[in-house]
Order: sequence, then C-alpha cells, then structure tokens
Amino acid sequence: MTIEVNGRTVEWKNNETVTRLLKRIGYVFPLVFVKINDSVIPRKDFLHVTIPDKAVIKVIHMISGG
Amino acid sequence: MGIAGIGGLGSNAAVALARAGVGHLVLVDFDVVEEDNLDRQYYFHDQIGKLKSDALTETLHRINPSLDCITHQVKLERGSMEIPFKDVDVVLEGLDNAETKATFIEEILLKLPGKPLVAASGVAGYGKPDRISTLQMGNFYLCYDEKAKSSEEDVLIASHVALMANWEADLALRIILGEHHDH
Repeated sequence: MTIEVNGRTVEWKNNETVTRLLKRIGYVFPLVFVKINDSVIPRKDFLHVTIPDKAVIKVIHMISGG
Repeated sequence: MGIAGIGGLGSNAAVALARAGVGHLVLVDFDVVEEDNLDRQYYFHDQIGKLKSDALTETLHRINPSLDCITHQVKLERGSMEIPFKDVDVVLEGLDNAETKATFIEEILLKLPGKPLVAASGVAGYGKPDRISTLQMGNFYLCYDEKAKSSEEDVLIASHVALMANWEADLALRIILGEHHDH
C-alpha cells in the first residue's frame, strides 16, 4: 500500500485527495502541475481527485522566467 | 512548429530552429520590443517599439528568406490558449510567468492530447547549467531546473536563458524528426 511521488516511495492513504497529499509531503509551491499514472490532473480538480493505491505521481513546479 | 511567447525563450528558440532548417513557424505574442528585453531576447536596438512578432519575422527572414512565418498578435488567455496551435506538429512554450506557464501546459495537454509539447521551468539565474535536465512524460518534455529561483527573486541573463531556449529547440528538433519515444 504505497505510492510513488517523484521517485520517492510514500505511504498510500485511502481517499486522500491531491491537495491533501501535496500538503502531507510538504509540496507547498502554489503552481504545481500533477500527473497521476500519466493523466494530467487539472488544478481545479486537486480538491476532489483521490489518489489510487500504487499510483505513480509526478509533481512539478512552475517557476517564473522566460 | 508553434511557439507560444517570443521573449527570452521563444525568440532564441525560433532562431535556432530557423537555422536548423525548420521551414514553418507559428509565432504567438502580443508584446512590443522594449529596451530592457535586449539583455536576453533575440532583438536589436533598432527594433525597439516594433511588435515582437514582426521584429522576429524580419530577423528570421534574414536567416532564411523562404521561411514561412505565421504570426498571431494575441494574448494567450485561459480557455482558448490551444487555438493557434491546433495544426502545428510541436508546441514550444516560451512564456514568462509561472501561472501562465502552468495554465498553458494544462490546456495543451488536456485539449490537444498527443500533441508534443516542450516547455521550460526555472529559467532565472546563472552559473549552474548542470542543474538543467529534461523531464519527459509521454509527449510532454520539460526543460527543468527545479532549484532555480523565480525571475522575481533572481536575474534573467542571456547566457542562461539562451541555454534553456536552445535546450527546448534541441528537443523539439528530435521530436519533429520522429526520433522521440514515449519513455
């Protein structure tokens, strides 16, 4: 019962939303971009999309500059 | 090839792509060239005041007179950002603000699924080129320095911005030549 977040193994919690997971693992950047098992999760859905067991998650933060 | 934003990233990437022989470019930017763009963007002092899309087209035509350049002088707004890029083979993101970058990436991935997208995050700073790497997720490639500060807290410098821009252009070339793979 674990998930992988940016290559790191993290305990899976039943019914945990993207927002709660980001808070639990300390990803506090406001402009993150999340993919769960290759699906892009729109930011408006972070509050209700839950993390499936064994999910492979990528959290990327966007930094200003260009 | 479509380029969203032709500031530091987009203008330098466009020049690299034109020199490499890319024949069709779609350039999307609403801005005009200002004096303080000249520290990193591919414009010249005598182009100050011109629309970036016109100034860059002029420069690209000096490199390759037969280059086909389509320009859109529009501000990319949430909800319709993908429209200018529907028909391109690869989208290259050259936007500056983190919020706009995140929204743009989200819209391209969700509305044009399967469309290859190359973006950059962490462009500010200098002196640590080794931190740049490529993150690939399917058809989305991100030129990324996760330890970089934002441009509000650090400088934007020609050498580093051009590195990231050329990194993006280099990936885009590989994609357009059909040599990319899902993983």
